[in-house]
Amino acid sequence: MKKLLVVLVVFGMFVPNVLLAVEPVKIGMVTTLSTKAGYLGEDVRDGFKLAIAQEDGMLGGVPVELLVEDDGRDPGKAKQIADRFVKRDNVKIMTGIIFSNVALAVVPKVVRGEVLYISPNAGPSDLAGKGCNENYFNVAYQNDNLDEVVGKYVSDSGFKNVYLLAPNYPAGKDHLAGFKRYYTGKISGEVYTKLGQSDYAAEISALRAAKPDAVFFFLPGGMGINFIKQYSQAGLNKTIPVFGPAFSFDERLLGAVGAAAKGVKNGSQWTHDLDNPANKQFVEAFRAAYDRTPTLYASQGYEAARLIGSALKSVGGDVTKFDQLRAAVRKADFESVRGQFAFTTNQHPVQNLYIREVVEDGKGGYTNQTLKAVFTSHGNAYVDDCKMQ
Amino acid sequence: MLLFIEQILNGLQLGVTLFLMSAGLTLVFGIMQVINLAHGSFYMIGAYVAATVTALSGSFLLGLAVALPATAVIGMLVEAIVLRRLYKKEHVDQVLATFGLIMFFNELTRIIWGRQPLFMDVPSWLSGSVELIPGIPYPSYRIAVIGVGLLVALFLYLMFTRTRIGMQIRAGASNREMAGALGINIRLLYTLVFGLGTLLAGLAGVMAGPILAVEAGMGESILILTFVVIVIGGIGSVRGAFIGALLVGMVDTLGRAFLPALFRMFLSSAHADGVAASVASMSIYILMAIILIWRPQGLLPAHS
Repeated sequence: MKKLLVVLVVFGMFVPNVLLAVEPVKIGMVTTLSTKAGYLGEDVRDGFKLAIAQEDGMLGGVPVELLVEDDGRDPGKAKQIADRFVKRDNVKIMTGIIFSNVALAVVPKVVRGEVLYISPNAGPSDLAGKGCNENYFNVAYQNDNLDEVVGKYVSDSGFKNVYLLAPNYPAGKDHLAGFKRYYTGKISGEVYTKLGQSDYAAEISALRAAKPDAVFFFLPGGMGINFIKQYSQAGLNKTIPVFGPAFSFDERLLGAVGAAAKGVKNGSQWTHDLDNPANKQFVEAFRAAYDRTPTLYASQGYEAARLIGSALKSVGGDVTKFDQLRAAVRKADFESVRGQFAFTTNQHPVQNLYIREVVEDGKGGYTNQTLKAVFTSHGNAYVDDCKMQ
Repeated sequence: MLLFIEQILNGLQLGVTLFLMSAGLTLVFGIMQVINLAHGSFYMIGAYVAATVTALSGSFLLGLAVALPATAVIGMLVEAIVLRRLYKKEHVDQVLATFGLIMFFNELTRIIWGRQPLFMDVPSWLSGSVELIPGIPYPSYRIAVIGVGLLVALFLYLMFTRTRIGMQIRAGASNREMAGALGINIRLLYTLVFGLGTLLAGLAGVMAGPILAVEAGMGESILILTFVVIVIGGIGSVRGAFIGALLVGMVDTLGRAFLPALFRMFLSSAHADGVAASVASMSIYILMAIILIWRPQGLLPAHS
């Protein structure tokens, strides 16, 4: 009797495994969850997880296992994690990196082997131009996109003398270059501030003295909160309008900026109010699952998951058919929350880019409202630099 | 000219904020011989508590009234639980332990308040701007910050020169054993000094809350400047911290404000902006180097 019991127990342990012989496809997510910027990775991860949860642990009908690791915004640490994903976990699909400097340290090495990397955020020009790779896809944007749309809008709106402000590091200069690509007027001043600066009183006084007719700034994270608050406290928001990419105006930062951001127009590829069925469904599900309004980062995480799902479906979950998997990703056959979506030859999005405005949400907080699409089916400036044609 | 005066005010305001931070740090460093890297954490705690209470009650003053004792109490607890074990240890141990405290407090704020920054606004009665000098509207809140900082400086000066506790603190600083032998409870005194230091850091955090992003890790960005200030001023000297803070505030602000124009006189515009930005961020460290060559003990060392 006792023996029988043991046999039963042993079988009991094995039977489910035998029945579920299909191993889930592992997806490695290296993202930034700690440091001040941790909320960015949190939103990308939560968006991604939502897509998996909606299919009960599957993407495109294929069971998946998401491995999430925090890179602490440290390129060295991110490299180690990526290495471990590839060597130990035998991961074939990776995603998650938030910061361009981290992406530049990790992606080129990862995509050299048989690994697909789908970027849900960082889109440095190197990886779009000379450093492009057939295994690298960006589902969010090329970094300059959100500045280009603002540059075009500011020009179209008749502003002719704009003051520029960005932190003194490579991405700061890139973002201002993106703005200047479509801005046709004069530049009243171009100021580079310390990275991580908190007090902008000196810059704001100098800005007032320069008498520009508008200000464009790229100051991600806390820097942007500091600048906008101090700018409005100096009373300048009533006389000189401010413009910027969406990075300083996502729904989570707006809670910390408050009324100071009201009326600011910013550029984005997505907003929660975009009118299409996929988006409505996503925003509702995200709110229900996490009790907050999704930011653009959350939408990017969700899109990355759905793109991967569409590719997994077409190969029936067999990631060893690597070339077919990659070809399926390139097709981008998924219902995007942005309405339409396709890849350029350098495997970055072709999409609409919008100008939106910060408005009151009617519940005491602030949110974004889409005003208009400034670019339709916009690619990026680096297509010709990429050897893939 | 008007722009210059405005930038002087900006420099004064930054200097005064730095003074609130460095007064506490220099006291702890000079009197207790402890390098407290976690000083910035108390700045952050002050800002978080004030932001939370202000959001719940709608009153900035209530936020201030809760945040100050809260940071002082947390500071004294940390002294009693952690720092007390470190007085006799090497500086390396103190640096390691207090660096650990930074991580502990940063992660704790993320656990309690979440990852996104908190909102804190200027109280409505300070939200306008005042024309101190005709033609320069200056935010009232920043003038209030300058005022509070100067009041604290005066208070500390009076406390150290005119009161019994101030005398005891000075005695404890110059000779710990002798002061103890004369019947001063050194242990209690250290706890009080540490509490005072963290209270001042908390005050700086509350004052910064409406201007800056209230976020985990906000203390580290100001901590480095604070160390520069106390090194320039002379370690342990509150008067030195005052002079040092004003110097650093002025040099940093004026550098950021006028170096670009200066460099544009002899460089092409695009080039000048980049160079000026780099030199401006170096300016306070250059200042520190020059002062240390001239006076290795700082401007007004405590035990001269």
